Amino acid sequence: MSASTTVASPLPRRSGSVGDAVFSALCHSAGAIVLVLLGGIILALFLGGLPAFRAFGAEFLWSTEWDPVTEVFGAGVSIYGTVVTAALAILMAVPMAFGVAVTLTSLAPAWMRGPVGTAVELLAAVPSIIYGMWGFFFIVPLMAETIQPLLIDTLGTLPVLGGLFQGPPFGTGIFTAAFILAIMILPFIAATTRDAFDQVPGVLKESAHALGATKMEVVRDIILPYTNTAVAGGVMLGLGRALGETMAVTFVVGNANRINASLFGSGNTIASQVALEFGEAEIGSMKLSALLALGFLLFVISFVVLAISRLLLRPRAGTGR
Amino acid sequence: MSAAVSHDAEYRAARARVAAQLGRSRKRTDRIMQGLCMLATFMALWLLASILIMLFWAGFKAISPTVFTTITLPTGSNGGLLNAIVGSLVQVGIGTAIGTPVGLLVGTYLAEYARGSRFGDVVRFVSDILLSAPSILIGLFVYQLLVVPLRGFSGWAGGVALAIIVVPIVVRTTEDMLRLLRNTLREAVIALGAPKWKMITLVCWRAAASGIVTGILLAIARIAGETAPLLFTSLGNNGWNMDLTKPYPSLSVTIYAYAGSPYPDWVALAWAGALIITLGVLGLNIIARLLVRSR
Repeated sequence: MSASTTVASPLPRRSGSVGDAVFSALCHSAGAIVLVLLGGIILALFLGGLPAFRAFGAEFLWSTEWDPVTEVFGAGVSIYGTVVTAALAILMAVPMAFGVAVTLTSLAPAWMRGPVGTAVELLAAVPSIIYGMWGFFFIVPLMAETIQPLLIDTLGTLPVLGGLFQGPPFGTGIFTAAFILAIMILPFIAATTRDAFDQVPGVLKESAHALGATKMEVVRDIILPYTNTAVAGGVMLGLGRALGETMAVTFVVGNANRINASLFGSGNTIASQVALEFGEAEIGSMKLSALLALGFLLFVISFVVLAISRLLLRPRAGTGR
Repeated sequence: MSAAVSHDAEYRAARARVAAQLGRSRKRTDRIMQGLCMLATFMALWLLASILIMLFWAGFKAISPTVFTTITLPTGSNGGLLNAIVGSLVQVGIGTAIGTPVGLLVGTYLAEYARGSRFGDVVRFVSDILLSAPSILIGLFVYQLLVVPLRGFSGWAGGVALAIIVVPIVVRTTEDMLRLLRNTLREAVIALGAPKWKMITLVCWRAAASGIVTGILLAIARIAGETAPLLFTSLGNNGWNMDLTKPYPSLSVTIYAYAGSPYPDWVALAWAGALIITLGVLGLNIIARLLVRSR
């Protein structure tokens, strides 16, 4: 083998440089394809939405009108629904994800950490349409019969906040959508938080324990300050997912184009509005343009959130892997 | 002097009392917070279990050989999901076949060519954004790109939409796995006189093969359950259609249509389909994990 390589050495050198040039060009152009994809998505959605932006101007952003008959469209209700469901989902998911991460890094015995961590990550792999069906057939009845009546009788009687928890308990609506979103993003936030917690040097934690700190004091005073940017990045990643989630929300949000004072009322999100109304939109119609304009807005919102998440998570990615 | 001693003792006793009190309240807080953390974990596990139990319960009740041997039929005529299952497999196949080579090359570029380069940082950033971008927008993009110009929904459009979802997943795992390789390995190959492209294709790719395959499996698992991008690209088809230039059936879109229908036999079929997809997706994930562990 060594003989053949030494004999053939002048030839492969030349063919190698040609091969190198070709392969390097292939890899570089593949990298460029990724940029073209992103540019293409932005351009396609913007151009598609342009007629709607032209027709309704800036008012499109806050108008709550959505009338296919008179062809007047506004994104107000969908943007409201998107932001409120995603924010509520974060409020519900973050404490839970935090608890899971603390359990997996500080509390659970070593033999439990692997299997439980895997189980939580498998939650992230379940397709969103399955969450939608589960939400529709399991969570909606649970909400209508138990959770919502309970909340209406307790929180609904509060002076100011009470208005958010009133109205008939249909089971569907903004609150239920947010609840399902919370469960869907929980594993993403829990996994990034756990990975960040694992990066904390053992010496720091041991020193704090040696000074007499309790486990939760170590979490609060050592682990959290050390990992706060990565944890924030994980939360933003979850937020990005929640903003664009389609199928699960479409099943349970109630799909009504109005803003309700109560969280139990029906509504829609940008993604659910696009998924549902798309079938009735013809090529070249103003409605299709309005839906593409909604898509463009969703893209802008999630791009900003995901970019922030990426910037916050970068220090960790840069040092290790 | 004696006064000073007694003052000192009094002070110590008081301090001990305060410390004991403080210790008790700190311990109590610690226990409560630990309890809440464990409660959160049990709730997460319970949720996963409740999804699986409901799926198995409703899915196994509905699953039968007809599901795999008959195509989708009108309600009441004992239809199955055969066309939807085959349609999903074909579109996932197209998506993987197009998306994997692109993702592999981009990941290779990032790990082997773009260390410290500006352009590489931009590509990595954009790929990470695409990884988490709402999949419904990729559906709208392919709708504008292929469906509108060609004047019709098609299986090809569905496959292309899925391919765009595959790319960033394969990019991420390929880059991560190639970066785990030691530079001494690369130096050894170059020192033998091999050109860089041979070093990458014959040595680095092979050394990282199980990791790269894991990424591909995870990508397949991800697109197998995707619904939103297919709504605008392949649309779905209730007949037996294998013409990729026409509206194409898929399991996920059929589940979506059937689960929201008022007919009990369609809802049952939706559960059967949901069970098939979930078992496939979770199975792929578990295989992928075992592959990484066995390295």
